Amino acid sequence: MAATHDALGAYLDNAATTPVLPEAAAAMAAVLGADPASRRAGLFANPSAVHRWGLAAAERVAEARRAVAAVLGTTAAEVVFTSGGTEANHLGILGHCRAGVRRGRHLVTTATEHRSVLSAVAVLAAEGWQVTYVPVGRDGRVRPEDVLAAVRPDTILVTLAHVNNEIGAMQPVRRIADALRHAFGRGEGPRFHVDAVQALGKVDADYGAWGVDSASVSAHKVGGPKGVGALYLRRGTRLLPPVPGGEQEGGLRPGTENVPGIVGFGAALASRAQPAGALLRPLKLRLLAGLIQALPGVEVNGPDPADAEAAAPHIVNLSFAAVTPLPAEVLLHALEGVGIACSAGSACSARRPEPSHVLAALGLPDARVRGSLRFSLGPCTGPAAIDWAVRHAPTAIASLVRLEGRR
Amino acid sequence: MTNEALLIGHYAEIALKGGNRHLFERALLRAARARLPAGSTVDLQGSRLLARLPAGVAVEAGVSALQRCFGIVSVRPARRLPRPAELQVLTDEAVLMARASGAKSFKINARRADKRFALNSPALNREVGGAVSAATGLQVDLHHPDLEIGLDVREDAFYLWGATLPGPGGLPTGTAGRALVLMSGGIDSPVAAYLAAKRGLLLSAAYFHTFPYTGEGTRQKVIDLCRALAAYTGDVRLWVGHFTDVQVAIQERVPEPLRTLVVRRMMLRIAEEFCRRERAGALVTGDSLGQVASQTLEALTAVGEVAALPLLRPLIAADKTEIVALARQIGTYEVSVRPFDDCCTVFAPKHPRTRPTRAEVRDAERDLEVDALVAAAVARSERLRVTVAGVAAYPPGGA
Repeated sequence: MAATHDALGAYLDNAATTPVLPEAAAAMAAVLGADPASRRAGLFANPSAVHRWGLAAAERVAEARRAVAAVLGTTAAEVVFTSGGTEANHLGILGHCRAGVRRGRHLVTTATEHRSVLSAVAVLAAEGWQVTYVPVGRDGRVRPEDVLAAVRPDTILVTLAHVNNEIGAMQPVRRIADALRHAFGRGEGPRFHVDAVQALGKVDADYGAWGVDSASVSAHKVGGPKGVGALYLRRGTRLLPPVPGGEQEGGLRPGTENVPGIVGFGAALASRAQPAGALLRPLKLRLLAGLIQALPGVEVNGPDPADAEAAAPHIVNLSFAAVTPLPAEVLLHALEGVGIACSAGSACSARRPEPSHVLAALGLPDARVRGSLRFSLGPCTGPAAIDWAVRHAPTAIASLVRLEGRR
Repeated sequence: MTNEALLIGHYAEIALKGGNRHLFERALLRAARARLPAGSTVDLQGSRLLARLPAGVAVEAGVSALQRCFGIVSVRPARRLPRPAELQVLTDEAVLMARASGAKSFKINARRADKRFALNSPALNREVGGAVSAATGLQVDLHHPDLEIGLDVREDAFYLWGATLPGPGGLPTGTAGRALVLMSGGIDSPVAAYLAAKRGLLLSAAYFHTFPYTGEGTRQKVIDLCRALAAYTGDVRLWVGHFTDVQVAIQERVPEPLRTLVVRRMMLRIAEEFCRRERAGALVTGDSLGQVASQTLEALTAVGEVAALPLLRPLIAADKTEIVALARQIGTYEVSVRPFDDCCTVFAPKHPRTRPTRAEVRDAERDLEVDALVAAAVARSERLRVTVAGVAAYPPGGA
């Protein structure tokens, strides 16, 4: 067993969070007012204040709003800042449904959504809403015709993740939006909400043009700070916000704006270090090839990683069940021991092992689910990290005790 | 001199300790000084401990501190009225106390340590009780009073109190030597450690880290359990045993049904080496008879035989519900149930042997280089000093 590496050799858990990009940190420092220069500049002021420092702070917020809008393919006026992806999902999902409750109480989603979406759906289900979970294939994707078939006259909302956070499966958002518009006409039929937290900056998105009604994003997945996110909300769409009151953010999100967070978010998106998906996919494929070559039997969970239509460029989920029967947590710690950070596909505790709901929805056998790890790339993942992982991960896993005889 | 608030701690059992009494009292004073808020003063008077808190510190903080001093059987938040003073001073204070309590009935429980005082105990009860009753209109109820006001006439002062709170009992920390507890991160071992420490033991602990089969989360959990125990016993010396190589060797060379027992034998052997370095005189485990497969009488015997030091098992006769209740009371339960796996789940045999013979277990170790594995594990182990605040640098002045 190699000695524990305290330093990170390869941070491959970017779908959990990313380090803050230097441009984002600098932009945040300028509006904190913690040092004399930024205090004199006055940008720490409340953006709702009417003095010029408040106006200047508001202008910084507006800049960030434009940066988010540019990446999502929307106008700046359609961007509402929130405390993160979870709040954006709740605002979008609960907001649409509560605004449409007189027309029906039905919504369409999948079983592979992020917990923040499923928890909002659970709130509605407890209020008497009916939910249709469109089945996903072995690749984690839905077919647009299945989504359309699930829509009923009383359907208020369709909500899907553009990129699944555990397996990187991409839903055909554009085709689904087209199908809905074709079936019901523009602005008619159910609203379409997209959880774009893992998609932001990594895959093509033109939500405004596609006819998506709302989309949620989060700063800390793209080199911004934690605690800030945004909801794109199509102009003219009525929402009933879960937390009413306040003038900020078009009345949808009360409370003084998190100016440092918002500014950091905008700066991270505008940063030259923000990698395009096209840059990450070859790195991911190199990692995958290296691991499979060194550890025959490693299997991909979800879509074909090389398929740019089906798989996000930065997330890959691998099962090591054919290599070792040890649970994912042990593999994760073994990789931790050689300085590689990734994530176990399942939230597991000794007393209550709970296999990943996403992998379970793919119809994978339990043993395969329990031995699965997610590797995810981000703005700070370079070729060196991939080399490190390919060099050290196989040895770390091969050195684990062989338990085959026992099961 | 004016009235002052103080805490009276009683320590019944120590009073029996004859010639060693001063050692016990010194240990108790040391513990009380360490636990009480900074700026407090502590004295002994007769067979009781008087603690004075600095201005601005809540009485509750002082009570909680004394409730974490082994040796204290009861704690009384009290008022001290310096003598010489008129009886009126005493009755006035009793009236105030009765009014503040919100009680509907009361009784006075007086004693007269200063036998030269004019009124004896029954007379004091009558006198003070009458005054309180007259001033407040509260009923006297000798059998089930809402409020019992205790008062003590001593040569230096009157002492009054309205409540007697339980202390932890036991003997002062450090009067019984040092023991080392084997900690898994589960519910039982910290409770066993608490009970052993209650009888005056200083605590060391051993945790066997099996990275990567257990993560750093489990190690942090054990550190946090030691922090909780340190609130009662002072610093805990925690050994983090490097157990991975031992565990792997066992997986490779020991028949599956006997692996858990051999794991435990190896842990005891390594722990005994830690004891030697610590000058600890006993090992403590959280074993409870029959709770799991490795806690049958046969299994305990087959495991325990490798230890030369006495093996203390304070929970041997306790039920899980009793253990959980005590764990909640001493504040270790919330830490123990944090969801971090211990390696048992990965390595647990499917069909463990529940009634092994000693010969069988010895035979299972045939292919194991026991001494070399123990020596290597000890050499790669790490020692931490855990205080209430967290892990502190070690050693401060050598061990």
